[in-house]
Amino acid sequence: MAEIQVSRLKKSFGEFVAVQDSSFTIQNGEFFVMLGPSGCGKTTTLRMIAGLELPTSGEIRLDQEEVTFLPASQRDIAFVFQLFALYPHMNVRKNLAFPLKCIGIPSSEIKQRVEEAARLLRIDHLLNRSVSGLSGGDRQRVALGRAIIRRPKAFLMDEPLGALDAEFRNLMCQELKGLHDRIEATTVYVTHDQLEAMAMSDRIAVMNHGVIEQLGTPSEIYNKPATMYVADFIGSPPMNLLTLPNSLEPGQTEITLPGEGCGTLRCPASTQGVQADNLVLGVRPEHLLPEQNGPLPGEISVVEYMGTTQILTIQTPYGQALSRVRSTHSFGEGQSVRLNFAAQRASLFDKSDGKALPTEVTHG
Amino acid sequence: MSSAPPHEKPWGKRLAAGLVILYALVSIIPLIWIFLTGFKSPQDSISYPPKMVFSPTMEGYVNVFTTRTRQTPEYMETLPPPETWYDELVRSRSMVIAGPSKFGQRFLNSIIIGFGSTFLSVFLGTLAAYAFSRFKIPLKDDLMFFILSTRMMPPIAVAIPIFLMYRELGLADTHLGMILLYTAVNISLAVWLLKGFIDEIPREYEEAAMIDGYSRFQSFRKVVLPQATTGIAATAIFCLIFSWNEYAFALLLTSGTAQTAPPFIPTIIGEGGLDWPAVAAGATLFLVPIVFFTIMLRKHLLRGITFGAVRK
Repeated sequence: MAEIQVSRLKKSFGEFVAVQDSSFTIQNGEFFVMLGPSGCGKTTTLRMIAGLELPTSGEIRLDQEEVTFLPASQRDIAFVFQLFALYPHMNVRKNLAFPLKCIGIPSSEIKQRVEEAARLLRIDHLLNRSVSGLSGGDRQRVALGRAIIRRPKAFLMDEPLGALDAEFRNLMCQELKGLHDRIEATTVYVTHDQLEAMAMSDRIAVMNHGVIEQLGTPSEIYNKPATMYVADFIGSPPMNLLTLPNSLEPGQTEITLPGEGCGTLRCPASTQGVQADNLVLGVRPEHLLPEQNGPLPGEISVVEYMGTTQILTIQTPYGQALSRVRSTHSFGEGQSVRLNFAAQRASLFDKSDGKALPTEVTHG
Repeated sequence: MSSAPPHEKPWGKRLAAGLVILYALVSIIPLIWIFLTGFKSPQDSISYPPKMVFSPTMEGYVNVFTTRTRQTPEYMETLPPPETWYDELVRSRSMVIAGPSKFGQRFLNSIIIGFGSTFLSVFLGTLAAYAFSRFKIPLKDDLMFFILSTRMMPPIAVAIPIFLMYRELGLADTHLGMILLYTAVNISLAVWLLKGFIDEIPREYEEAAMIDGYSRFQSFRKVVLPQATTGIAATAIFCLIFSWNEYAFALLLTSGTAQTAPPFIPTIIGEGGLDWPAVAAGATLFLVPIVFFTIMLRKHLLRGITFGAVRK
């Protein structure tokens, strides 16, 4: 197992910059997820770590050893492709044995290790089957088997659950996490699905337009988004972002809204000020709640019933906001409400650069 | 019952089937004529109307493989009794076998040159097609067009320059010369056909193999090649059919050592009258290898690329 260090990595395809100036370190044994929409550079970054793509500049180190321009075959890493890429002219056993044959392991040991891996993934009854007849989940398991059999330094996975049916996805998600915990392998996992990312990862790197917007644990990313992009990308429904006309001084903890019927918001103290019209308030729907004398007035336009909770769409003087409340309270469309939130739950952003303001309050 | 039973085929399909059968018959009649003529006696072969029922003889086949001399009845008396059936057959025509004809050797030339150039075209074509399919090559489209452009005029249009060039280079009437020539003609077809097939093979397979520790060339050999079998088989058949049947260049550039069967077979006509059964026998034998080769590769042509291991 290994630590992966990526420094100042850049990749451009002609004019198009796929990855710009990314630096991060993946700890030994960590489950690291790169999350972002398609075309954000996450797969390109993964392929550069694998050696399937060569960077334009920058450096990649695998266990302190520089591998930036080393061919994929010499890096001792495993890669699970989105479409599995099982060799169609070989059966399951031969697919699993293929990486071992390359390094000249005696055939008795190959047989033993193939069967061991097959048992671990519960595909031992399929060993002599052709790969073209397998179900999506079994193909996925064979692809994983081919990855773990060589006991490589790290696993790289490019949306490995993307090609599976929704029902299989949850199951494989748990299996993958279980497998990672058993073999404690450094894993880099690329996905566009935030639920997968949240459920499996130790840390997540949220990418957009070739830039890492934020790198942190799932709860850091959820509770303390570093940019407006992350706030809007993570969470379903995403964080409410309301643009306020106020300016903000460093250390200020109260914002008096100028609109009619508006009150005074309490917010975490920031160490940085914002000019008027650039202040953006971010509050998650489950933290923005109707309250008798809340400072923010609004009118409910839509009520969506979700089971234990319901989502209210509320028109406020500063834009549309969503509120997630328990279904036990009843709300009607057209009803006037006042909203409030706990100061430490709010995030503040500067619209001019889209970044969160550094605050002194720690989020719970 | 006024309406047709449901299992009866509609008229359109019947008509189409009828046309296909008619076309097949028209195509196969010359082949049947050649095949039957090979077993006729010279008299039967030129009778009009053509004889459909006749007593078969191996005379044509014996004649195509031998040279014979006509002898006087007195000389024939002095010979010991014939040792083999073909000796007997030839003597019944007041002739004796003087030796083997050049047919066997010309046939062998055809095999060496036909299969040699096919192998070379497919080998080079596969490597080139893989490179064009996978690597960033400067001016790739222009190069592909240049390769295609070599087929834009009939090859025989450059017969004179090639004839002069081959004479200067000492390639005229050599196996190597003919193999190179046919390869040059076939290679553009091979590259274009195979590039299409290799483009269809997802890159993930080789990438997976390279991740698994294999070099680029090993990945190509162990993962790409087995999946390109269909394309390689189809290309090989096209290349072989061209080089096997090629007549004009063979006539122009070969006369002895490297002469192939196509220019040789018509020369049988000149030896001792119009020996149609011998010509037909030669033509029949000439068809055998290519039919055999096609049937042998048919399995690969029909099997198609194995789908399913990569989900699209």
